[in-house]
Amino acid sequence: MSTLKLDLENYKELLQEYIKTRDEQALYQAEQFSKHSMQQNISPEEIINVHIQSLQEIYPDMPEYIQSSMNFLLETMISYGLAYQEFQTLREKQLELKSEISVAANMQKTLLSTVKPHIDDIDVGALSVPAKQMNGDYHHFVHDEKGGLGIAVADVIGKGVPAALCMSMIKYSMDSFAELRTDPSVILGSLNRVVERNVDASMFITMFYGLYNSIEHTFTYASAGHEPGYYYHKDRDEFEEIDVPGLVLGVSPEITYTQYEKKVEKGDMIILLTDGVTECRQGERFIEQEEVLHVIKQYSHLPAQGIVDQVYKHFERLQDFQLRDDFTLIILRRNV
Amino acid sequence: MNLTIDVTNIDGVTNVVLAGEVDAFTAPKLKETILPLTREEEVVQVDFSDVNYMDSTGLGVFISALKSTKEHNSSMRLVHMQDRVYRLFKITGLTEIMNIDSTVQGGM
Repeated sequence: MSTLKLDLENYKELLQEYIKTRDEQALYQAEQFSKHSMQQNISPEEIINVHIQSLQEIYPDMPEYIQSSMNFLLETMISYGLAYQEFQTLREKQLELKSEISVAANMQKTLLSTVKPHIDDIDVGALSVPAKQMNGDYHHFVHDEKGGLGIAVADVIGKGVPAALCMSMIKYSMDSFAELRTDPSVILGSLNRVVERNVDASMFITMFYGLYNSIEHTFTYASAGHEPGYYYHKDRDEFEEIDVPGLVLGVSPEITYTQYEKKVEKGDMIILLTDGVTECRQGERFIEQEEVLHVIKQYSHLPAQGIVDQVYKHFERLQDFQLRDDFTLIILRRNV
Repeated sequence: MNLTIDVTNIDGVTNVVLAGEVDAFTAPKLKETILPLTREEEVVQVDFSDVNYMDSTGLGVFISALKSTKEHNSSMRLVHMQDRVYRLFKITGLTEIMNIDSTVQGGM
């Protein structure tokens, strides 16, 4: 109570000085007083109470009606005081939530982490940047002893926490059939049934699954409504869209997925992405796919990881650039 | 950018005219309008002429609407899509299972 008493003295002096001098300096002090009071969680009606007491001490002969009007003001401030208290509680809760979400985000990072494989013949680059704290994109590498490299790239519709939870479900289903080296069409078919059974009607997942055979140098792939990737032909110096039909996961349980196969030549690249890459905007302007490919070509002398990093940096450098959706870009290149 | 939703009924067809952007902010409002219609009406037509942007959250709304038409024996038809929006339905394979007017309007 002693500090409040001290403040009361302080307030009285300030008020007295201001009434006498009308000096700006006293007004500034009043502002400091209010800041200090907020730090001490002092409510608006308490300040008015201090004001009344100060007035009484400065003007002992204060007219009755001013005294009454002050009491009246005090009553009308009570709701503001309650609102202020509520604000305090909400702010504490918000801090609590914020730290919980950051714990969850870290946990997600650990759960969904994947190790970029090191295979002599293939150069792999991967980058995933969340638009918000939690990432709704997912990519995963599975490398087996027989020279097979499985790559999954997925995007959960919706963003934030629900999308992230959904992604964890996908990750665990994939782990459960990881032992059998499976065809992309089979993997997508099984995941489709899992998602269809477990996820809310308006949620869905797009996924591209590819299997690179590093002995035969073939790439087998299937897509569940995922943003098309690109294939770079080194000999022709040309990009080709990997356009694969297939319905998104979680819409229809009877759907089957068709898989395709491609022979990969030396120097060829496979470029996989999510719509965060093609939905980038600069102000009101959309960034076109051609621009992404142009940047990839520009940096194609770099290792695959260097290319994906430079592509992101290129867009990040644009003025008014905003990442509206999670951004994932993966590049595979046959070296030998 | 905002989304305006206009519902009219002409000759027994409920026409939902959209104008603006369908994204995470406007999708909930769209869902609240369309889902009840698929339960109450026989034919729901959605006009996309003035939709210049839609993201995957918007697709989610039409997927749940499609599921709802199957449960309630109603039908939904999507018409007058701009190229950019149509591309989204095409990539996700939804053009195969939804009734979408194939005469695509010009791009942006």
